Amino acid sequence: MSKEHVLKVENVTMQFGGVIAVDNMNLEVNKGEIVSLIGPNGAGKTTAFNVITGVYAPTNGAVYYKDKKIIQNCPQGKMKKLYRGENADEYTGQHVLAPTPDRITQLGIARTFQNIRLFKSQTVFENILIAKHMLRTSNVFTATFRLNAKEENQMREESEKLLKIMDLEDVRDELSTSLPYGKQRHLEIARALATKPELLLLDEPAAGMNPQETLELTQFIGRIRDEFGLTIFMIEHHMDLVMEISDRIYVLDFGKPIAEGVPEEIRNNPKVIEAYLGGAQDE
Amino acid sequence: MSKKAKMIWNAGLIAALLATLFVLEQVLPSGSMLFTVLKKGAIYALVAVSMNLLNGFTGLFSLGQAGFMLLGAYAYAILTIPVESRGSVYQYFDGGIIQFTVPVPVALIAGGILAAVFAFLIGLPVLRLKSDYLAIATLGFAEIIRAVFQWDKLGPITNGSNLLRNFPSFKSVLYPFVVSGICIALIVLLINSTYGRAFKAIRDDEIAAEAMGINLAHHKRLAFVISSFFAGVSGALLAMYQTTIQASMFKSAMTYEILLIVVIGGIGSVTGSCISSFLFIACSEWWLRFLDNENLYIGGFHVPLLRPGFRKVVFALVIMVMVLFYRQGIMGTREFSVEGIRNFFQKRFGKQKAVEGGGSHE
Amino acid sequence: MEWITRNLPYLMAGISVGGQYALIAIGYTMVYGILRLINFAHGDIFMVAGLIMVYATTVMPIYIAIPLMIVATVLLGFLVERAAYKPLRSAPRMSIMISAIGVSYLLQNLALYVTGGLSQQYPPIPWINDTVTVMGATTKRVTLITPVLTIILVVLLVLLIKKTKIGMAMRAASKDFETSQLMGIKINSVISMTFIIGTFLAAIGSLLFFTNYTGVTPTAGAMPGLKAFVAAVFGGIGSIPGAVIGAFIIGICENIIKGLGWTTFSDAFTFALLIVILIAKPTGLFGEKATDKV
Repeated sequence: MSKEHVLKVENVTMQFGGVIAVDNMNLEVNKGEIVSLIGPNGAGKTTAFNVITGVYAPTNGAVYYKDKKIIQNCPQGKMKKLYRGENADEYTGQHVLAPTPDRITQLGIARTFQNIRLFKSQTVFENILIAKHMLRTSNVFTATFRLNAKEENQMREESEKLLKIMDLEDVRDELSTSLPYGKQRHLEIARALATKPELLLLDEPAAGMNPQETLELTQFIGRIRDEFGLTIFMIEHHMDLVMEISDRIYVLDFGKPIAEGVPEEIRNNPKVIEAYLGGAQDE
Repeated sequence: MSKKAKMIWNAGLIAALLATLFVLEQVLPSGSMLFTVLKKGAIYALVAVSMNLLNGFTGLFSLGQAGFMLLGAYAYAILTIPVESRGSVYQYFDGGIIQFTVPVPVALIAGGILAAVFAFLIGLPVLRLKSDYLAIATLGFAEIIRAVFQWDKLGPITNGSNLLRNFPSFKSVLYPFVVSGICIALIVLLINSTYGRAFKAIRDDEIAAEAMGINLAHHKRLAFVISSFFAGVSGALLAMYQTTIQASMFKSAMTYEILLIVVIGGIGSVTGSCISSFLFIACSEWWLRFLDNENLYIGGFHVPLLRPGFRKVVFALVIMVMVLFYRQGIMGTREFSVEGIRNFFQKRFGKQKAVEGGGSHE
Repeated sequence: MEWITRNLPYLMAGISVGGQYALIAIGYTMVYGILRLINFAHGDIFMVAGLIMVYATTVMPIYIAIPLMIVATVLLGFLVERAAYKPLRSAPRMSIMISAIGVSYLLQNLALYVTGGLSQQYPPIPWINDTVTVMGATTKRVTLITPVLTIILVVLLVLLIKKTKIGMAMRAASKDFETSQLMGIKINSVISMTFIIGTFLAAIGSLLFFTNYTGVTPTAGAMPGLKAFVAAVFGGIGSIPGAVIGAFIIGICENIIKGLGWTTFSDAFTFALLIVILIAKPTGLFGEKATDKV
């Protein structure tokens, strides 16, 4: 596999006042890989996702997407005093890059949410169609006066196609929230794919699923990776899924990356075992 | 039903409506309360739909509608008062400084544009606020605009706190119907476009919408500006209807009335807003009038409590009942459509038909 | 010295009006703290308190009328909550706010009906209505009493909230509505208590406020109500000391602007201040920051 990285996180620290949620994180995700981020509850995984997708501006550090720096920050204002991370000097005095989440998505990074966030009052089809809005070339006048009919039809066709691929055709016109839980997760992934991303971030896609559903999801993730030529970076707790599907795994504990490697290495890493089981022998 | 059939049906309905209005105007005396209701109702329908675009479809709770109507009304009046009567209208300000007029349609659009420009400027800072903070900030802006327009120093333009009058108005009930109708049609087209879908996405879940690549600031501003544009146009129409205007008319109570219309019609339903604005105006101006009549006898019985003002009390009670017990409003988020009616009747009588037709179709 | 005698009346009036706004603002801020509701009807309840006083004094002596007015107002506040807000407890926030606007509309129309739209002469209340001279400026005694009374009431209220069991329940409910319910707090009685305290203070506020004005009209409550709300936002909604300080600042600023001859803008200024605050520091002077979880 070529080592062309799609996502590179460099020295990222996210500090909320005195609490360090992510502490000097470095990681790379290469093209075509499925990389997992694991760690005990409260380790800062979702915060890391939120930094990468622009929900939070990091306290320090930079994020690169396909060799282009997309996010960069150094401790500002009152964080200068409070800051307790590392390598702050590297970014001091440089441009602050803090794009909003929509800019990140437009670059080609799409995400799903840990606690499903579908458009509640919209049907399954509309949920996907809304994601196509991002790819429009029409402006508000051409759209209102229906001068964008060709584009509109194309959006609809593509959405229909996506529904078929994602096995959601039969529930096309149902309200998104009326779907069973597993289908809602599918729909969230479908909606993310509708933005035509190259990098897909999945935040606990198997949360709340039973083993059977998890197994299906494992195959499903592999399938969409191949079918859409995606690179996937995900947070997950189901170890079966993670071990089965991941090319590489990063382990986060108390905001700090403590291990990295292929599934086999992670399985036998004593640090990881301790992080999960805790220092039980101390007590 | 195919798209084409739907369009033909809708066009037919609109033509029938306009024809009915035309005939009514020929038949009924021009002083009839019906026309008051229809004229004012059409104007309120437009402003209610414009408010619904914001509150119902984009999820931005804004209470600045009266302020934007004021801007539209003033822009219209200032640009259309005939030059020869400016001396008497602006009697305290030497006839004012604006000494030209523009055609009525241009002035209507100018009213909308002035409101839109203000909305753009106000929106830059205010739209970052959430829910009730946004509501109170927009309410505050409407109050500020009202104060500014009453200011003496601007008198040469706004005539201070004095009345503006003598500008062109309309006679036929068709006029507000056509103008409001066109504006509402434009709003509906917008709501059903890809932008409308983005607005609804923002209403449902801002964070998810943003993660789907929808620029929140841009889209919220867009909805705010467009909504204000149409509020401005309706303000101009209101000026035409009332023939005189004054900044002190456009109080926050006016915004509340419009909000109540939107709520009664169903937040997120355009046709609901239209229907409820006619009902609202009819109740407040016409149907409940008898409650203000002190000397009402049913048989030999003198109905107690009735005297001027009672109508408004009953009306307010009706509204409270609606708000408490019919929270969805008349239409909920549904829309009134030919198809909807057909489906309704099919559901009701479909079974019968199937039996009659031996279940041969469907 | 001349400057002081010229401007002192405005400053005193400002402090006095500020105190009256403070008494109303507490009702807003406490209700918002627990229900996250802008109680648009609060200003109208304040107006109704004025009207009750007007009508009560025509049939009874003033020393009975005052307590009666307070009791009636508190009862009204309690009933409004039970009838118009309680049924909507699980509804979206917008519904309950609309209900508040509906109540406001109803109270105003009811007042319009009862008064016939005419301004009602507020009864002169002995002693507090007397004229006094302070440093060469003449004013009514109420101007001097208001700030003192306001501060005493606020101190009592803060003690109530800090030291008593119901106060603790209120604080818990405003921190986390659902959890406090799970912890066995009777949320409905806490909310009722909040409305009772809020309307009690508004009733006293109305007594002080209308004494300074010639009459009570059906819309007399709208502006003071809005301004008191602005004061609550200014101080950081949910915070009682914040609301009081905000109210005094707004009262004083407003009267200074009047003193400068910009009366047209005294209302507009309040809102401009509100907008500046909301944009610069959306949580007000003493408010707590709330964050959305992603």
